[in-house]
Amino acid sequence: MALIQFLIIAFAIFVVTRIVLNFRKGQVSLRGLIFWLGLWLIIIVGFVLPQTTTFLARIFGIARGADVAIYLSVVLLFYLTFKIFIKLEKIESDISKIVREIALKSKEKEK
Amino acid sequence: MQRSSENNVAVVIPAFNEQKTIAGVIDDVKKYPYRIIVVDDGSRDLTYQIAKNSNVIVCRHLINRGLGSALSTGIRAALEEKADIIVTFDADGQHKAKDIPPLIEPIMNGEAHVVIGSRFLEKNKMPYYRRLANQTGNIITFLLFGIWVSDSQSGLRAFHSQAARALNIETCTMEVSTEIIKEVKKHHLSLKEIPIQAIYTDYSLSKGQNFALGIKTLLKLLMLKFR
Repeated sequence: MALIQFLIIAFAIFVVTRIVLNFRKGQVSLRGLIFWLGLWLIIIVGFVLPQTTTFLARIFGIARGADVAIYLSVVLLFYLTFKIFIKLEKIESDISKIVREIALKSKEKEK
Repeated sequence: MQRSSENNVAVVIPAFNEQKTIAGVIDDVKKYPYRIIVVDDGSRDLTYQIAKNSNVIVCRHLINRGLGSALSTGIRAALEEKADIIVTFDADGQHKAKDIPPLIEPIMNGEAHVVIGSRFLEKNKMPYYRRLANQTGNIITFLLFGIWVSDSQSGLRAFHSQAARALNIETCTMEVSTEIIKEVKKHHLSLKEIPIQAIYTDYSLSKGQNFALGIKTLLKLLMLKFR
């Protein structure tokens, strides 16, 4: 086993334990748990059995298996960033609503 | 549209860290028979205390939420106070209260739902870089929403209460100026512009939008368009 394979798998196992722990604490939803476990499982499979990515590469018409992994990772990262961005906007607007309600409730009238 | 009486005008002044100018602005507006609503947007200076001691209505945001948010709060408060006409007025001292009567006149006469006080209908001493930034704002507003306004970024505006109720301001920060124009179009409100005077001091120039903020505003506006 190449060193990179060992390192990635060790890191993946670390992340998986973190996800499970956070799920137990209730900080990650069941949907989140399934998504993240699935993602890291794919990463582990990709590194332990590199021939699977070569197989995917052939289907997509990309030369090397490693390239497939990189392309998919970039797309996924963009998608996740986008989701976080949307979520943040929503949270910002929700905070504003709360702050507004409090401001209106404790409005000071003219003396 | 009903005609409105002058007694039921509320002037909303959103303020964030404006302790130097807020008292003067309130005094200026107080020369007229309007109700004044200061929205302190989480200032860390004495803005809130000064406003509170000025015998006006004060709403306080516990934390800073941005201009758009503060305007929304002020407009809501004005509607709660049963205002017929709602004016928005900057707290940095760049507006003159004497521009308010002509600003609300088209609404009182039933000529318009929304009036924007434009700094460009008459010659003024706005620095050229400010002028450029504002023109860019106008062009972007036109390209995105198809309405040409000579001063889309003006902070001095007046709304009929019906129009104020219809407005749905989602954005929190500076792009609110453009969003208001988008809402005007969406609800088929009539818009009028009247010339106002703007006073540029070093202080008021240090506030408002700078170039980097302008780029950020542009990006957010694009999101608004395609949402």
